[in-house]
Amino acid sequence: MMTKIRKFIQSPGAASFLASVASICIGLIFGYILLAFINPSMSLYGLGKILFAGASTTEKFAKVLYQAAPLMLTGLSVGFAFKTGLFNIGASGQYTMGAFFALYAGIILKSPWWVALLAAMLGGAIWGAFPGVCKALFNVNEVITSIMFNWIGLFAVNLTLSNIPLILDRVSANRTVNLAAVNKSAMIPKWGLDTLFGSSFMNISILITAAAAILMFIILNKTTFGYELKACGFNRNASIYAGINAKRNIVLSMVISGALAGLGGGIYYLSGTAQFTIVKSILAMGFNGIPVALLATSNPVGIIFSSLFVSYIQVGGEAMQPEFAKEVIDIIISVIIYLAAFSLLLKGLINRLLTWQNTKRDKVFAAGSTSVGDGQQNPQVGAATANKSESDGVTK
Amino acid sequence: MSDYVVEMLNITKIFPGIKANDDITLQLKKGEVHALLGENGAGKSTLMSVLFGLYQPEEGTIKINGEPVKINNPNDANALNIGMVHQHFMLVEVFSVLDNIILGVEPNTAGVLNRKIARDKIVALSKRYGLSVEPDALVEDISVGMQQRVEILKMLYKNNEILIFDEPTAVLTPQEIKELMQIMKGLTAEGKSILFITHKLNEIIEVADRCTVLRKGKYVGTVNVADTTREELSRMMVGRDIQFKIDKAECKPGKVVFTAENITVASKHHKNNAVRNISFDVRAGEIVCLAGIEGNGQSELVYALTGIEKISSGKLALNGTDISRSSIRQRSRLGISHIPEDRHKYGLVLEYSLANNLVLQRYWEPEFQNAGFINNAKVLEYANKLIKQYDVRSGQGANTIVRSMSGGNQQKAIIAREIDKNPELLIAIQPTRGLDVGAIEYIHSQLIAQRDTGKAVLLVSLELDEVMNVSDRILVMFEGEIVGEFNPRETTVEQIGLYMAGAKRDTPSTGTGTIEKTKKQEMGVKSKP
Repeated sequence: MMTKIRKFIQSPGAASFLASVASICIGLIFGYILLAFINPSMSLYGLGKILFAGASTTEKFAKVLYQAAPLMLTGLSVGFAFKTGLFNIGASGQYTMGAFFALYAGIILKSPWWVALLAAMLGGAIWGAFPGVCKALFNVNEVITSIMFNWIGLFAVNLTLSNIPLILDRVSANRTVNLAAVNKSAMIPKWGLDTLFGSSFMNISILITAAAAILMFIILNKTTFGYELKACGFNRNASIYAGINAKRNIVLSMVISGALAGLGGGIYYLSGTAQFTIVKSILAMGFNGIPVALLATSNPVGIIFSSLFVSYIQVGGEAMQPEFAKEVIDIIISVIIYLAAFSLLLKGLINRLLTWQNTKRDKVFAAGSTSVGDGQQNPQVGAATANKSESDGVTK
Repeated sequence: MSDYVVEMLNITKIFPGIKANDDITLQLKKGEVHALLGENGAGKSTLMSVLFGLYQPEEGTIKINGEPVKINNPNDANALNIGMVHQHFMLVEVFSVLDNIILGVEPNTAGVLNRKIARDKIVALSKRYGLSVEPDALVEDISVGMQQRVEILKMLYKNNEILIFDEPTAVLTPQEIKELMQIMKGLTAEGKSILFITHKLNEIIEVADRCTVLRKGKYVGTVNVADTTREELSRMMVGRDIQFKIDKAECKPGKVVFTAENITVASKHHKNNAVRNISFDVRAGEIVCLAGIEGNGQSELVYALTGIEKISSGKLALNGTDISRSSIRQRSRLGISHIPEDRHKYGLVLEYSLANNLVLQRYWEPEFQNAGFINNAKVLEYANKLIKQYDVRSGQGANTIVRSMSGGNQQKAIIAREIDKNPELLIAIQPTRGLDVGAIEYIHSQLIAQRDTGKAVLLVSLELDEVMNVSDRILVMFEGEIVGEFNPRETTVEQIGLYMAGAKRDTPSTGTGTIEKTKKQEMGVKSKP
């Protein structure tokens, strides 16, 4: 029985899933306590809104899907980079660049929506390539470069937009023109989903992004390219030893990661319902991709669900206004992410404990058996085995 | 007063699901060298951890000088005058020898560090026990042998009476090992008691008075070393007879497979070259062994041969093809296989499954992929074939995550992968490091089998026994150069030891600098597994 449970806990997928679910539950409980603290009489009402508002009407659910789409892409962007051993904290800058390229293609060049989306990917890819090249050639930490490129991207886009009068709205000059007014073909098609859901927010973007997630899953898990990328991410030295061009892979990984974030920018601003606003702070969508990726432990298919979840409770957060500030949701999300990281740690600890026992057992069997080691006694996976098996207790 | 300074009686230490120590008794007499012998995983380290207070035993008692004691943590052990020289030294490299010795017990006058007192005491101790050190030299600048003497002085400075040596000879040259043996004898003559953890039988025969043998966590017995033999000890240790001499056919070298001409490799750590103007060749059907103390350029040379590092000058040729500038992948395709020194750093992607690791050098071949999509069925089929053929054991077969496998089986997986490539030249660095006797036997037989099928084998080893037994030709490296070439049948361990230590050389030196520093840095890296 114990071994069954142990095996289940240690199958990587189950463990990640359990960790995420556990942290979501605790996060929500924490959220409820917070609500009770702010306004005790309305706390149950607030929690109800968080939990159920997103599914209360098809219109609300359309909003969930609408917000989930770009979130899914920035999540994929961060997650893909994570899988290959890179921390792309620059999804925001790539997202901004993607938005700009998409809007330029749509408004100025009058391109159809799919060309504008390709342009968005190009913009994001270019912005991702810089940190990638710096990392590959000069070993500059990608976190630092991509943070810098968030700001460079934001202000470069602001500056450029300010100098292209045609792209800006005539009434309020700090935002881009309404897409529906200048180039309807650049808007992401709705395929009748808007009437189905009864919401003008609804279009096919969620289908595009889910397809992107599945594509990423296939690339990472089924192709030699994914094999190489993950090998680089797990152990760069071993991948070099195997003759894999690690530098090329770093750049490609950042380019793909950037393209995904860029596509997110395109998806959001080509919906027709959003207008790009010239602001002085970095767009949160890029950063929200980090929790989305973390919650799904960077699994592309998991990211589909984690982005839907985050979007769902965000919609719930908006619905519990004015009784509560919608920022409460940000706190709850933060708590969940915090716990997600923490429960992964716990999972790691459990694994350590179990594998450590097994290693000890291994050692003893290994010493006695006439052949090398004794793997049969060692049924599972763990984080600490390798280190443990090489060093001894006393030196610890 | 009891006869014994340390008595560990009927110690049982249980980790959930496993008895790491099962009713073990160890009694250390005053003034003796007591060897603790056992293979990897026999429970030696657990037992010492119990003595040091790192683990609490489930059963059993510890007596010091006849008094039952409870050792809850290493501080308790220190208070009982128990000291230990770890296998990987615990020294602050940028501190002087003196500062290292007094670390933790700094003498002071009204709160101000007083090195004078310390120096006098250290000089006195070092004279008394014949432990020559330079108190003012930085630890990073002194030899490994002297670093070890510093570790010993640390214990003596704290007035430790019970000294534990954890595999102290692993990093030493034969000459240094002899010196250490003398020092140990001197220490016991002065009344100290020594526990000597090792799996090297020759050293036990030479220095120990008594020997306690552990196997699979169980107590096998304690013998008087004078009344026993090497064979007897090894039988106690592994539970069966072990072949010390490897049976191998006469070497019949064929054509030259691999040539290195005037190879120079820059060092990553200092301005001097790590490998200086080295030339040698390897023929079909022979095992050439590069012997040397760790950090004398062997690693860099192998990285250069396999393409992981660039050569700054010289020429490499495999079967007449110039590969001096070829990529790692090209060299691999041309027939170089590489069993790397550090299997976790280079040899394996630990998070990958066994199957994925077994195709690490050939996942891109048409056999395993189709238009960029990996053919998992083929990969599994191939992996299962290798697992069967090379007897790689793991919990879930080809799907086992490699991190969870034992070191010996991880190494077997690498060997299976590299040998199955059917290479022209097999390069193996320290392929038996950290493995137990059975695994070592297996790996040696695989290397010899490669040779016997007419392949060229280049073996890099720090273990002189391995060098003498396995190789057909020995090249000794010292400070980045080849300083001597030997036929193992016509030379002795002592002779090679002199060359390894730089005391003798056949070729004139080309460089001036020392690469002492690299040695230390590499040791530093190695000490973190």
